[in-house]
Amino acid sequence: MTIEHVHGELWTLKELFTYPNEFIYWTVHIAIYPYLTGLVAGAFVLSSLYHVFGKQELKPVAKFSLIFSFALLIMAPQPLLLFHLTQPQRSFNVFFTPHFYSAIAAFGVVFSTYMAIVAVEIWFAYRKFIVEQAMTRKGIMRLIYKAMTLGSYDVSEKALHTDERAIKFLAAIGIPAACFLHGYVGFIFGSVKSVAFWFTPLMPVIFLMSAIVSGVALCIFTYIIAMKLMKREIDIAATRSMGQVLAWFMIVAFTLELLDIVSHGYAAKKDWEILSTIIFDRFAFNIFALQWGLGMVVPMILLFLPGLTIRRAFISSALVLMGVFMMRWNVVIGGQSMSKSLAGYMTYKMPVIPYNIETFREGLVAVIFLLVMPFVLLWLFDRILPVFKNQGAGH
Amino acid sequence: MKHSRRDFLKLGFITLAGVTLPLSAFELLTPEALATIKKGNGKRWAFVLDTTKCIGCGMCVKACKLENEIPFEANVSRTWVERYVELKNGEVLIDSPKEGRYGYIKNDPQGRNIKEEDIAKGFFVCKLCNQCEKPSCVQVCPVGATYKTPDGVILIDRKWCIGCGYCIQNCPYGARFFHPVYNTAEKCTFCYHRITKGMNSACVDACAFGARKIGNINDPNSEVHRIVNTERVMVLKPEYGNKPMVFYVGHDSIVR
Repeated sequence: MTIEHVHGELWTLKELFTYPNEFIYWTVHIAIYPYLTGLVAGAFVLSSLYHVFGKQELKPVAKFSLIFSFALLIMAPQPLLLFHLTQPQRSFNVFFTPHFYSAIAAFGVVFSTYMAIVAVEIWFAYRKFIVEQAMTRKGIMRLIYKAMTLGSYDVSEKALHTDERAIKFLAAIGIPAACFLHGYVGFIFGSVKSVAFWFTPLMPVIFLMSAIVSGVALCIFTYIIAMKLMKREIDIAATRSMGQVLAWFMIVAFTLELLDIVSHGYAAKKDWEILSTIIFDRFAFNIFALQWGLGMVVPMILLFLPGLTIRRAFISSALVLMGVFMMRWNVVIGGQSMSKSLAGYMTYKMPVIPYNIETFREGLVAVIFLLVMPFVLLWLFDRILPVFKNQGAGH
Repeated sequence: MKHSRRDFLKLGFITLAGVTLPLSAFELLTPEALATIKKGNGKRWAFVLDTTKCIGCGMCVKACKLENEIPFEANVSRTWVERYVELKNGEVLIDSPKEGRYGYIKNDPQGRNIKEEDIAKGFFVCKLCNQCEKPSCVQVCPVGATYKTPDGVILIDRKWCIGCGYCIQNCPYGARFFHPVYNTAEKCTFCYHRITKGMNSACVDACAFGARKIGNINDPNSEVHRIVNTERVMVLKPEYGNKPMVFYVGHDSIVR
C-alpha cells in the first residue's frame, strides 16, 4: 500500500517532541460548529425575550431573529456532518446507535428536539399570514402556502389567541432547550480530560454565555444591514434594547473566560508550564488583543456609553462577532496546539487554495460556504415568510 | 371525522409511549453493557515493556506496520519507539523520528549533535495502545464503534466508525490516529487476530531482546503475571484514571 499523507498531516506543523500519531485533527470546522450553534441559541433567546418576557421594544426584530435562528440551525451541524467526518455517509449512525455516554451522541436528540420547537413556533407565528396567502395567491405559491397551512384555516379571534399562547409556551420551553443545546456543545470540549486547555467544568457555561453574546450581536448586525439594504428606517429603540442585552451578557461571558484562565494559572498543575506558553505566547495576540481587547472590552465600552447610536451598535456587534469567533478558534486550535506529551507544539495552517479533496473539505472554500449559507437561507425564507413585516401585511 | 378529548389524550399517550420505549431500548445496548452481559473467561490481556532491554532498533515498528497493514511510509503507527536523552545540564531531549521505524543509528536527538560526555542518561521507550481498563476512547465514541472485548482489548469497527476523531482527542497517550487507507480511527489491538489464536503479537516476536511481552495477567503461570506481581513496574499517566494495562520496567520520571 502506498500513501501520500495521513489525515491531519497536510495542515499540521510539529515542533519539539510530539507523539508520532498526533496531528491537529479538529480543524477550522470544529471552530465553526460551536460558532454557528451559538448564533442559533443567541438569536432564539432574543426572540424569546419578546415572546416570553414581553420586552416590547424587541417586537420589530422578534420574528426576524426567530427565522434567522432556524436558518442558522439548519447550517449548524453541517461543518461536522459535511466536512469534518472522515465517513460523512455514516453520519446517521449517530441516530441508529447513539452511545449516550458520549457527549456527541446527544447531538441527534438535542438538535432534532430544538429544530422541532423552532419550526413549530415559526408556524404558529406565521399561521395567519400563511392562511391569507393560501387564500389570495395564485399558481405554485398558492400550493406552497396551502401545504404550509397543514389544513388549518381557522383565523378567528379565538384561534389566533390560542396561537399566541402556543408561541409563548414554545418560546419558553425553547429557552432551556437552547441552553441545553449549547451547554452540551461546551461539554464536548469541557469533558476531554486529555486536553488541558479544554478540561474545565466551566466550559459549558462559558460556551453558553458567548453563544448568547454572538447570537444577539449577529441579530443587531444583520438587522442594521438588512434595513439599510431595503432602505427602511432602523428602529432605534429595538437596536438599543438589543445592545443592552448584548452588553449585560458580555459581562458574564467575559468574567467566566477570565476566571477560566486565572484558575488554570492559579492551580498551576503539571500542564500549566506548557499551557501558559500557549496562552501568553503563541496565542497571546489572538486571546488578549482579538478575543478580549477588540472583541470584548472595546464593544463593551461602546455599548455602555450613554446614547447608543446605530453606528456604535453596528461597530460593536461586528467586533463581538469577530471576538467570539476568535474565542472558538483559540479554544479549538489552541487546545490542540500543545502536545499531549507536554513537551512539544503543533501549529495549524488552514488550507487556503484547495489542491485535493482533503484540502477542499478542510479548507477556506468550505469555510466561506458555511458562513455565507445562513444568510442565503435567511433570504430564501424571507421570500416565503417575510421577516421584517408585521403579520398579515402581505408581501 | 370527530375526535373526543378522551380519544385525543389516548392517542397522545400511545404515541408518546411508542416514541419513548425504543429510545430507552437504545440505552440498554451500550457496548459496555453488552461486554458485561457476555461472560468473559477470566482472561485479561496485558503487556510488559522492559525499557532496560530496548536498544531502539525499530524492528517492532516495522513488524507491526507489515502485520497490520499500516502503509509503511505513512507517518503514523500502532506502536512506536521514543528516545530519551537527559544531558548533564538537566536538559531533556525527546524524539521519535518516523516513529523509530528505521531504528536509532546516530547520536542525534532532535537533530542535534550531542557529545557523548554531555549525556547523563539515555534510553528508549516503546509505546502502544494501553488497552485501558477504563478506556476514555470507548466512553466518548458517539456511535459505539469502538468497544472493549471481554478479555480486555479495545477494538474498532471500521465499518461503523464515522470518523469524528473524538476518541483520538480523548486518548491521553496519543495511541489513536486515522488509518490512511480506511479513513477510520485506528490503533494497536495487541494483534488480537494473533493472540486469540495462541500466537504472540507481531512486535513481541520481532523483538530480539525480549523487551516486549504479552500475556494473560490473570494466569499465574504467565510471564506477564509474574513480572507485574513480583517486580517494580509503572504505568503511563496514571493520573488520568484510565487504568492502563501496559506495564513498564525501568520507568523514569522524564518519560512522557
